[in-house]
Parts: sequence; structure tokens; C-alpha cells
Amino acid sequence: MAQTSPVLAVKRPLTVSKTSVEPVADSDKRWTSLIYSYAGAATFWLIWGTLVGLYLSYKFAAPDVDHISWLSYGRLRPVHTNTVFWGWSSLAMIAAALYVVPRTSMRRLWSYPLAWVAFWLINVSVLAGDVMLMAGINNAGQEYREYIWPVQLVFAVGVILVAYNLARTIADRGIEEIYISNWYIMAAFLWTIPLVVFAYIPFYQQNAISQTVIQGYYMHMGVGMWFTPFVLGLTYYVLPKLLNKPIYSYSLGVLAFWAQLIFYTMIGAHHFIFAPTPWWIQTVAIIFSVAMIITLAAGTGNFLLTMRGEGRTIARSYSLPFILAGVISYFLFSAQGSLEAIRSLQGIWHFTNYTVAHSHLTMYGFVVLLIWGALYGLLPRLTGHEPPAFWVGVHFWFAVVGLTLYSFALMIGGSVQGLSWMSGSPFIESVKAMASFWLWRAVGGTLMFLSHIIFAFNMWAMRPRAATSSAAAPAATEVAQ
Amino acid sequence: MNLHKNHWLLFSVTFFVFVGLSLIIAIFPAMWVQDNSEPLPGAVPLTALEREGLGVYVAEGCVACHTQQVRPLEMDQAWGRPAAPGDYAYVTPLGVWAPYAPAVLGSERNGPDLTNVGARQASDVWQYIHLYNPRAVVPDSVMPAYPWLFDRVADAPPGKAVPVPAAFAPKDGSKVVPNARGEALVAYLLSLKQVSLTAAPAAEAAPAAATSAATEAPGTAPATEVPAAAPPAAAPEAPAAETPAAEAAAAEPSAAEVPAAEPSAAEPAAAEPVTQGAAAATTGSATTEAATTEAATAEAATTEAATTEAAQPAAPVEWDEALGESTFMASCAACHQATGQGIVGAFPPLVGNAVVGADDPAEHIATVLYGKPGGGVIDGVTYTSPMPPFAAQLSDEQIAAVINHERTSWGNSATLVTPDAVAAARKAGQ
Repeated sequence: MAQTSPVLAVKRPLTVSKTSVEPVADSDKRWTSLIYSYAGAATFWLIWGTLVGLYLSYKFAAPDVDHISWLSYGRLRPVHTNTVFWGWSSLAMIAAALYVVPRTSMRRLWSYPLAWVAFWLINVSVLAGDVMLMAGINNAGQEYREYIWPVQLVFAVGVILVAYNLARTIADRGIEEIYISNWYIMAAFLWTIPLVVFAYIPFYQQNAISQTVIQGYYMHMGVGMWFTPFVLGLTYYVLPKLLNKPIYSYSLGVLAFWAQLIFYTMIGAHHFIFAPTPWWIQTVAIIFSVAMIITLAAGTGNFLLTMRGEGRTIARSYSLPFILAGVISYFLFSAQGSLEAIRSLQGIWHFTNYTVAHSHLTMYGFVVLLIWGALYGLLPRLTGHEPPAFWVGVHFWFAVVGLTLYSFALMIGGSVQGLSWMSGSPFIESVKAMASFWLWRAVGGTLMFLSHIIFAFNMWAMRPRAATSSAAAPAATEVAQ
Repeated sequence: MNLHKNHWLLFSVTFFVFVGLSLIIAIFPAMWVQDNSEPLPGAVPLTALEREGLGVYVAEGCVACHTQQVRPLEMDQAWGRPAAPGDYAYVTPLGVWAPYAPAVLGSERNGPDLTNVGARQASDVWQYIHLYNPRAVVPDSVMPAYPWLFDRVADAPPGKAVPVPAAFAPKDGSKVVPNARGEALVAYLLSLKQVSLTAAPAAEAAPAAATSAATEAPGTAPATEVPAAAPPAAAPEAPAAETPAAEAAAAEPSAAEVPAAEPSAAEPAAAEPVTQGAAAATTGSATTEAATTEAATAEAATTEAATTEAAQPAAPVEWDEALGESTFMASCAACHQATGQGIVGAFPPLVGNAVVGADDPAEHIATVLYGKPGGGVIDGVTYTSPMPPFAAQLSDEQIAAVINHERTSWGNSATLVTPDAVAAARKAGQ
């Protein structure tokens, strides 16, 4: 304790100085520009998708702010969800996977041209899908599959090309064992591709009840069999890498993997509890939702035990706080999802804004925070340029505080809504009761959006360019005050 | 053979286990459900215009905020009886670009459930004003306005112009007329009416007796004049029970297993035989309190009726003010507004209204029971929008309570009516 630490010092500065990453060992320009392009496009979709989301949150306070059909709530809502799903999160995860898979396989990416074709297919499909949604063309109003099938087909071809590319890279690996990250990342593809195919085959979705059975399956797996395993796989690489120590238990990771596959696949119907779909599917969904606690405990336990005793390292890193917060969110809010599936609680919260809070706590608090942790952790190693640590910190706190405001407003508000309905008051009373909660949601959403602008700025600071590490060093140790 | 070393084995196991589980939990159940969701016997398919309206409903993303899914929970009774698979049999794909049944069940209720909106808000004029700008009729609404479902024209064909209140109407004085998409959407919304689980196809009026305790029979027109129905359990031979849809509904646990839905269905009918016809006619718009207080009100009314046969009893009328207010809010306030002021030029005020203030309530009762199909001249102002009839949706107790609510609120102070007077008017016919 001879050395004074900014973390432990009595007089604490506003920010802690952050350590910088080691210089890039082998830089491959083709590789760098490919990955940065994926991450850059993702950032663009993040700004667009959350700008739309923010605008929608204002519409609850000012429904007459515009009377333009293309900007109406019903049309923009799926633009927000689909853009942040398929444009931002998916492209960002693929960007990180294009780094992690070749690294852990000790091989170059199998094909660069194929990766570029996939890049354009995915971006074009999100652009076309968004324009069509705003024009009022959607896929029968089915949540998270609002892009009509020709658009989703283009997206799917892109994803299949990425999957094939990564699978060939893994098959060609320079070590004998397949690292656990690649289990999860490949599984995300191998689960999502049949999922999308099943969701877009029409012949067993010809009346609204059979469609609902598929909808529950699809909307849940779309999140849980794509984003969840994908970011977990990335974290199985990024976390040990940034801590410079092995993962706590490889076996726990494998256990969580199989538990994810067996349990998670069965729980989609919990989105339609009390609907006139077969009761047994709903009961199975509830049982397996509760069983997900095993998967959660194994996954988060593994990460937290890896991080044990590394508090100072985490405090002195600008990327690890995102991962710590993301892992905690993974446990808390997935467990929240299991609880919500139970019939008595679902009775109160179903159809309310509580669900909106839950989806943001998981998609944002868990998935997106881990994506940011991975991008901040990996991109500087690739480009040789670090983002200003101060602004990464601002990004972190705006995002976390914004999300907290957003979700607590909607969780409390959603409960108020449900109780209002239960009391038998006229429906409009629940709308009036929500007004202040919707306002707080907009405030939280504004903070979140500002954090995305800062993230875009940090992305710009990490861009690949000629002058390397010398310029990055002073920026990394920048301290306010 | 090692999952850690053999990538093709790992990938295959991962892939095929998922596909197998998907077949079990989603694909096969969807196929089974699809083959076992026959339309309810009383249901009618959507017309071409209504299907076009369903298309508009989907395109505008109405499903984002409105459900069409009544759960077998007490809190959902405000929206109708619990949904059955057969309710959705006619919700079928709209075209090759989206060859799937539209996702009308929804997942969020920022706005009310629309399962029964065609019965609840049957006025097309109200629907048009509400779509043009929801705040014109529901001041606290957060729903978007849909002006692009309307044309603004200098001269509207007679009866076509939507009487939008001045504060929301175009400033240049042009008339608002629904365009084809607007007309289709309203036709679709007005088609959203729950049909009885047990009613037979229109021609052969089947007894409205429930086939199971949980299958309430709302919306059964009193025209069928059901002789005080047998106790719910004693109607095993009801013809409707033979149809596959009813079988599916009966086998469907969501309708049968949850006890919350049962008491409301069984209680009013069993408790008070005199009001049985009325109880059977109670629609889903009856609130929870309505269902529970109904029997008590009815009892009070019958004792009263025993002493005096007159429409206007000499003794002060005891009535359920809470029932009156809740029924008014659920069935009347959308047009006449919670303030009773109506909407200028569209829906008449009830404050200072000659019919509401009249000593003889006969016309007031008749108006609520049978509506005013062609609008009419009220206090010197001509209204073109029809007033819908409520005879099929509200019980005598509810109608009496709502009339009394109107006669005693907002400064009104007129003679009160009894459920018995309503029953008498109902019996006398239009």
C-alpha cells in the first residue's frame, strides 16, 4: 500500500485514470477495415434506431407533434425495434465475432470477399425494411419480424454467409480444441437461421391462433437464441483477454451452453400466457422459464468468479465496467423475465409498460453493454487508437443512469397500469396515470441517446488511420481535473 | 467423437437438437391448433371491405398498442368474455407479401382492447372523429391522429362530412371526408364484435344456455326470448356443442380451467330468476362491479315493483350510483363525454337536454334501449350521427342506473326510473 492509488485515495478525483492497451501485435489492414466497417455501420444504425425510439417516447407526451403518416407511432415503433436488433446489435456482434473467431482459431478469416458481400446484404436489408415500414408495408404486424419476407430473405442470406465464413474459419483452426466462445457464437447462427426459416414458412400460420403459437416461439428465440448466446460467446473471449487470466471454469460454460439450448428453446409461449393458445405450451414455457435460473447462475457465476479479486483492474479499465454491468444485468433481468412468466405476476404485468422496461433492461442492460465492452476492448487493439477514457466514462454513466431512469419509470408505471386495470377503473385512467412515468422514460431515453452520440464520437476516435500508438498514449491517460 | 474437437459433430448436435425441440414446442402445436380452430357457429367472415380495413389496421401498426385478446381473468371482463381459438378463425393472411395471419392478438395495451369495440363504440361517426384526432373525443388520449385516412374537400356529399369539432377541424373551413382506407378501417373496427360461444348460425336461434360454467353467453339478442334458461350445467344437448369449434373451446383449458371467470357468468343468472333474460344479455362491457352489484340492485327493484306497478314510483328510487357512473363511462362517455356536454355538431349534450330533463322518462328509456338510428333534431340542433341501441348490451339495472346517472349529474335534476320501468318499456317494444 505504499503506492497511492486513485481508487483508494482519500481525496478522490472525479475520474480514475485508465490504463491503455498494449500495442497491436499483428495488424492486417484488410481485417481492420472490414471489422471497423461492420462496427461503424452498426453505430450508424444505433444512432438512427435510437433517434426513432427517442422521438417515439416524446410522442407519448405530445401525440400531435406531427401528423405525417411516415412518422406515426404505429409505423415507427417497428423501425426502432428492427433497426436496433438487425442493424445495430447484429452488425456490432458480427464485427466483434470477425475478430474473436479468427483469433481463437489462430487463423485468418476464411474469406474477406464473402464477409463484404454479407456486410452489404445486411445493411441493404435494414435500409429497405425501414423504408417499407415507414411506408406502411409490413409483415402482418408480427413483432420483430415486421420486415416482409423478401427483405428478411436478403438479411438471412447475409447472416448465412457470415455463418459459413466463420464455420470454415473454425474448421480450419490452428489448434485442436474449439474454444468455448466459438461454441456460443456458432450456436447463435445455427439456432437463428432455422428460427428465421421456421418463422417465415407460412403454411402453419394461416389463422391468428396458429400464428400466435409461432409468434411466441419466434419473438422469444429471436432475442434469446441470437443475441444472448452471441454476446456470451464474445464475453467468453473479451473478459479473460482484458483481465489477462483464464476463464474461471470452462465446464460451467459448457453446462450453461447445453442448458441454454434445452431450456430456452421451450419458453417462447410465455409471451402469450392466458391467450387461447394450448394451455400445455404455456405451462411448459413457465416451467422452463424458471429452469433458466440454472443457465443464468452457471453463466453469470462463471463470469463473476473470473472477475473476483480484479476490482482494481476493472476500475482502471474503460471497457471492463461495461462488461461487469452487462453481466450483472444478465443475471438480474433474465431472472426478472423468469419471474414475469409466472401466471400470478403475468396477470398484473402482461400488456403493461413493465414489459417494455424488461425488454430494455435485457436488450440494453445486458446485450448492448456487453457489445460496448467488447468493442471498446477489441477495436483499439486492432486500429491502434484508443478512445478518450473520459468520454468512454461519460458514455458509460449516461447509458447506465439513462437506462435506470427509463426502466424504473416504466416498471413502476407498468405496475400502476396493471393495478388500475384490476381495480376496474375506466381504461383512460391508466393512460392518465402513465403520463408522468412516460415523461421520466423520455428523460432516461434522452440520456441514453446522448450516450450513443458520445459512443459515435469515441468510435471516430478509434478509427483506423496512419499514425499509431504515439498519438493514442496521451489521450488514454486523460483525466478531468 | 469429441464435441470439443470435432466441429462438425458439435455444429450438427447444436443444430438438430434445436430443430427437434422447435418442432415439438412450436411447429407441431401450430399445425394442430390451425386444424382445430373452427370458426364459432355464430361468426361471420369479414367482408371484402372489412378485410381491406384489417389491412389498414396492420399497415398503420395498430397492433402495437391494441390487443384483441381477452384473458380469462377478472380484470379483463371489461373487454368481453375470454377469447376462444375459434374467435380468430377468420383472421387469415392478407396477401403474398405477408402470407401469415395478421398478429391481431397484440402484446401491449397502451390503448384499450378492441375485441368488442364494434359493439362498445358502434357509432361510425365517433370512430371517424376519433381517427381524425382522438383528442377531439377523448381529451386524455395519447393515440396518434390519422388525418391521412381522410380527404379535405371544399364540398362534401350529403352525410359524408365528418363533424369534427371546430378546435380540431381544418382551419381553412374545408370539410373532412373519409377516404377509401379510412372507410375500410372503420368498417373493420365496427365488425369487431364478440359472438356467443354457443349461439347457432343466425337462422336457428339456439338456447343461450352455456355449455360450460365458464362460457358466458354475452351479446345474445333478447329477440330470441330465451325462456329462463336451464341451470348452466343442465344443457348437455345444446346443438352448438356438437360443432368442432365448441368442442375445441370446451377442451381449451384457458376457458375452462381458470376459476376467476366463472362466478360472473353463473352468479347473476342463478341468483335472480326474474332478471335472467337480462343477465344473459349482459355484454362484456359490463364492469366487474356491474356483475357483482347487479343481483342486489335487481332484488331491490323487484321488491319495489311488487308494491307499485307504475313507471314512476311514489317512493324515492334507490339505485346504484356506482353502477350508473361506471356504465356511463363504459358505454356513453365516448360520445356524450364524461362532462355530459357532448361534441358540438356531432353528439348532443345531456346537460339541459329536454329528453333527459323531462318528467316522463319514457322517451329517455326508449332512446337508450333502441337508439336513434337516423339521428334527429335535439333541442333545435340537427344531429346526423345515429345513436346506437343498447337493449342487447345492457341489462335493465344498468340502463336504469345509467339513466338515473344522467338525470342527476352535471346539474340535471329529473325524476328517477326503476329497472322495472325499463323492463316494462323493453317488453312493450319499440
